Amino acid sequence: MNLFLILIGAALINNYVLVQFLGMCPYFGVSKKSETALGMGVAVMFVMVVASTMTHLFHQHILVRFEIEYLQTIVFILIIASIVQFLEVFMKKNFPALYAMLGVYLPLITTNCVIFAVTIINVNNEYTLIEAIIESLGAGLGFTLAIVLLAGIREKYNNNPDIPEAFEGLPMALFAAGLMSIAFMGFQGII
Amino acid sequence: MNYFKLIKNGIVNQNPVFVQVMSLCPLLAVTTSAVNAITMGLATTAVLICACFAISAVRKVIPSEIRIVVSVIIVAGFVTILQLVMEAYLPPAINESLGIFIPLIVVNCILFARIESFASKNKPFASAVDALGMGLGFTLGLFVIGVIREFFGSGAVFGIELISDTNSHMVIMVLAPGAFFTLGALIMIIHSIRRRRGGVGV
Repeated sequence: MNLFLILIGAALINNYVLVQFLGMCPYFGVSKKSETALGMGVAVMFVMVVASTMTHLFHQHILVRFEIEYLQTIVFILIIASIVQFLEVFMKKNFPALYAMLGVYLPLITTNCVIFAVTIINVNNEYTLIEAIIESLGAGLGFTLAIVLLAGIREKYNNNPDIPEAFEGLPMALFAAGLMSIAFMGFQGII
Repeated sequence: MNYFKLIKNGIVNQNPVFVQVMSLCPLLAVTTSAVNAITMGLATTAVLICACFAISAVRKVIPSEIRIVVSVIIVAGFVTILQLVMEAYLPPAINESLGIFIPLIVVNCILFARIESFASKNKPFASAVDALGMGLGFTLGLFVIGVIREFFGSGAVFGIELISDTNSHMVIMVLAPGAFFTLGALIMIIHSIRRRRGGVGV
C-alpha cells in the first residue's frame, strides 16, 4: 500500500512537471508533436529508473559508508552523465529497434533536471531501494503523461488562425500548461 | 573589451529570462515571493561568476573532447560549496523554500550556455564580467516574476503587507498555475513589443 501511495504521489499528486516545475526544457521544447513527446517521455522514464537505482546503491554503499555525503551533487551528476552515455552505446549494440526510437532523446537527457531531482529526492526522503525505484517510475509516468497531454493540446490549437500573434509559440504553451496544472491540483484531494 | 557593454548585454539585449527564455525550472518554481526570487538569482549568479572564471582560466589546458565533463565537475564543485555556505549562514526558512533548486543549479542551462559560448573563448576577467551581467539579468527576471506573483497572490511585496483584505488575494498566483500564467503573460507582452519594433518574436 505504501508503495502504491508513493507511485500515485509521484505521478499525479506531486507531478514533477506541473506541480514541482522540473524538466521544463524538454516539456516545452519537445512537446510540439505527440509521437516525439511520447518518445521523450519513455526515454526519461527509462533513464530515471536506471539512474535512481544506481545513485541509490552508490549513495548507500559508498557515500554513507565513507561519510562523504557532501560529495552527493558531484557524484550524482557524473553517474547520470555516464549512465546516459553507457545506455546509448549499449542500446545501439543490443537493442537497435529501441535505440532507433529513443536514441535521439538520450543526449538531451543528461542535462535534464528532472532526472537529477528525482535522485536527490530519493536520498532526501531516505527511501529504500524499492521505494526509490517506485518513486522514479511514478515520476517518469507523471512526466510522460504531462508531456503527451500538452503535445495533444498543442497539436489541436496549432495553426489556428484565431490565436493572436503575440500568443503564438511559448506564451500559448505556457497558458495551456497553467490550465493543466490547475487540473492536476485536483488530484491533491485523492489521498 | 567594453565591460559595461558586456553587463548591459546580459541584463537587456540578451536577457536570459525574457529574451532567451532559459532555465524555466527555477524561474517558475522559486518565484513565489520576491525574497526567494532574489536569493535564488544571486546564488545562481555567484556560481556563474566562479565557474566561468575558473573554466576560462583553464580553457587552454583542457582538451576539447573532455571540455564538457570538466565543466560539469567544476560547476558541481562550486554548487557544493554554495550549498554548504547557504546551509551555514542563511535562515533555514529560505533554504527550505529553495530546497532542491540549489543543487539543481548544476543542470542550469544558462551556465552551460555561457560556458560554451563565452567562457571557453575569452579571458577569465571578461568571462567573469559576462557571467555577472547574465546573472544579474537572470536575477532581474526572477525578481519581476516574484514581485508580480507575491503581490497578486498574497498582497505583499518583500513580506510587507500592502493589501490586508484576504478576499482580494488571488491565491492561485502563488500556487503552481500562477507561475505559468505570469511568465506566459510577460513573454506575450515582450513578444508584442518586439514585433512592433520590427524584430522577430521569441
